Amino acid sequence: MSLAALLLLLALQAPDPRPVVVASKPFGESYILAEMFAQLLEARGIEVDRRPGLGATEIAFRAIRTGSADVYPEYTGTGLLAILGEQPVSDPRKVFDRVSREFQRRWNARWLPPLGFENTYAIAVRRETAERYGLATLSDLARAGRSLRAGLTPDFIGRADGLPGLARAYGVRFAEVRALLPAVKYQALAAGEVDVIDGYSTDGLIARYDLVVLRDDRRFFPPYQAAALVGGGLVERRPAAIAALVELSDRLDEAAMRRLNRRLEVDREPVRRIASDALAELGLTTAPAGTTPAGPRDESSFLGYLWERRGELLRLTRRHLLLVVISLAAAIAAAVPLGLALERLSRGAELAVRAAGLLQTLPGIALLAFMIPLLGIGLLPAAVALFLYSLYPILRNTYTGVRDAAPDAIAAGSALGMTPVQILRHIRLPLAAPVIMAGIRTAGVINVGTATLAAFIGAGGLGDPIAAGLALSDTRMILSGAIPAALLALGVDGVLGVVERVVRPGG
Amino acid sequence: MRRHRAAGARRGPPVSTLQAERVTKRFGTVVALDRLSLEVQSGECVALIGESGSGKTTLLRCFNRLTDPDEGRVLVDGVDVGTVDPFELRRRSGYVPQDGGLLPHWRVARNVALVPWLRGEGEADAAAKRALHLVGLEPESFGPRWPRELSGGQRQRVAVARALAARPAVVLLDEPFGALDAITRADLQTTFLALRRELDLTAVLVTHDLAEAFLLADRVGVLRSGRLEQIATPAELRTEPATPYVRELLQRARAI
Repeated sequence: MSLAALLLLLALQAPDPRPVVVASKPFGESYILAEMFAQLLEARGIEVDRRPGLGATEIAFRAIRTGSADVYPEYTGTGLLAILGEQPVSDPRKVFDRVSREFQRRWNARWLPPLGFENTYAIAVRRETAERYGLATLSDLARAGRSLRAGLTPDFIGRADGLPGLARAYGVRFAEVRALLPAVKYQALAAGEVDVIDGYSTDGLIARYDLVVLRDDRRFFPPYQAAALVGGGLVERRPAAIAALVELSDRLDEAAMRRLNRRLEVDREPVRRIASDALAELGLTTAPAGTTPAGPRDESSFLGYLWERRGELLRLTRRHLLLVVISLAAAIAAAVPLGLALERLSRGAELAVRAAGLLQTLPGIALLAFMIPLLGIGLLPAAVALFLYSLYPILRNTYTGVRDAAPDAIAAGSALGMTPVQILRHIRLPLAAPVIMAGIRTAGVINVGTATLAAFIGAGGLGDPIAAGLALSDTRMILSGAIPAALLALGVDGVLGVVERVVRPGG
Repeated sequence: MRRHRAAGARRGPPVSTLQAERVTKRFGTVVALDRLSLEVQSGECVALIGESGSGKTTLLRCFNRLTDPDEGRVLVDGVDVGTVDPFELRRRSGYVPQDGGLLPHWRVARNVALVPWLRGEGEADAAAKRALHLVGLEPESFGPRWPRELSGGQRQRVAVARALAARPAVVLLDEPFGALDAITRADLQTTFLALRRELDLTAVLVTHDLAEAFLLADRVGVLRSGRLEQIATPAELRTEPATPYVRELLQRARAI
């Protein structure tokens, strides 16, 4: 305590104006823990910048490594297996010691003392399945697996500590393995579409659907202790922030966490309220941060839901539009002159255009992930990624448009003494203008759609409610982002369509 | 038209001469022009006739440097064109392509004013009006139209007007009436005949129509494989074909 006070004093003497960037991964528990970090920091007088729902482990951890984010909730087992790529160890202490040492040595990142609960993989089945096949442990599952259909997250199917390891440790084989997104796996299980899923031991939905979690009797799954993973920069510059975060260490047990998850996943309460209640219950904050009355979520109509969030949605739409306008404007400024230059070059031009086309084939998430080491997280890397996506349609249409514009007129203009520059400016460019605009229009519409992915690297925009809604299986939340995004795409297309008509030459 | 003639008189008689001296042009391994020599006197119209690939269009393009010969010299007004700025040279030679080649996004008046505008002349619009009159199109009615609103014959008239708007002494025509129907073609041939007399033009006309060549030209050059088979007046050509190829060409034309 006195150490914390001393650290606080030091921090007050050298105030750092930069807010602490608190990130999370895109699933419910991560949102709640990150929000608790954020509110605790704010309660201790430290300004916070929230970047919830960063793509996945890879993206969130890159953000920490590169200093774009300062802290996010992570699990020691994930650190050991997914980030360090080491073999599973069953002793929680050993795992924590190992990741603490290695993360500090390699990336100067620190694991704060664990929060107090473990959230390991939970292989779950419906109660009637458990009874019919007499399933209580994973060893039992190995016996009955061949008559069961599994619905597993792509993450679990691929990871060494997921299906491949499980198959090796227990000899489990399934009749069929289907890849399911986290957002739909519980519904799929409840509806009988699949018989076995991978969940997390603290998932609130396990209780809701009355599922049976099979015991890991051979202790195959490594311990996944939750803890704050902190970047080296924060440790060195902001001891007060570290002191505040450490206050949460060893304060949350598994039952408490499952209750919080249930409030989010089942009762659909807002993350902010859940976090502020939790902090107040732990005695870490005095007054409840939110003044909204507690209780079950409102059951008003979808329009009412949208209306209630109009301020937030307007802000997100503006952010989205900003992202699209910046990246599209930059792409126009780069691709149109480049397309004109390529027409003059002629040889190698087709190759250059195709190279830009290759960019188009990169999956959106992958391109965004590549951006992080270069540009961090937030608006800039997202704008750069969208810029790269916009290049090809504009470049292709500009190049083709000016190349194929009225060959007769160009031959005649040349024969009558027009210079190549005059031909470009007075014949090729005006005649290609509608084609170029069509390319810009295509890029604009693609851009509005792709920009929803930018939520995964903390750029904001209408992808935020989509990503969060997917993570929380909240259809209304997904639609509250998807519908404005669709309307925005129509709007952008309409506006650019008007411009296209205006630039059409010759009446 | 009267105004135009008055202006022409002020400028004095044009003294242009076109010369090709042992010009050779190859495209890869194909020899388009083979040590070909030709002279066009001031005020003369020479038609070039021959099969596709005989080199007639390549020769025409040498006179405004759309093509530069590999060997030999091309002279305009006694000056080697290799030494002059190609854009300046093209702006003082009229040019009529087969397809009109009008800029589809420019109105007729602006199309016709192109060359005076390129030359930086102050009265490009007036020149365009004058030129439209020359080819028999009312400037008030046709000037504001778009090329796509014209018939094929009207479009070709506009192309001729555009070639003449800057009052060039030399006009190069590349199968200018080839794509028109017979009646329209005859109309335009009559107009061209009148114009070249009136303006005292030096003209080179590429055509594949022997009747057109005989009608419009003072002399007709027959090209074959990049060489001049014969060049002579229509009368001489009829009475004294120099080679079996020319004789056969004439017989075929008569048969049609």
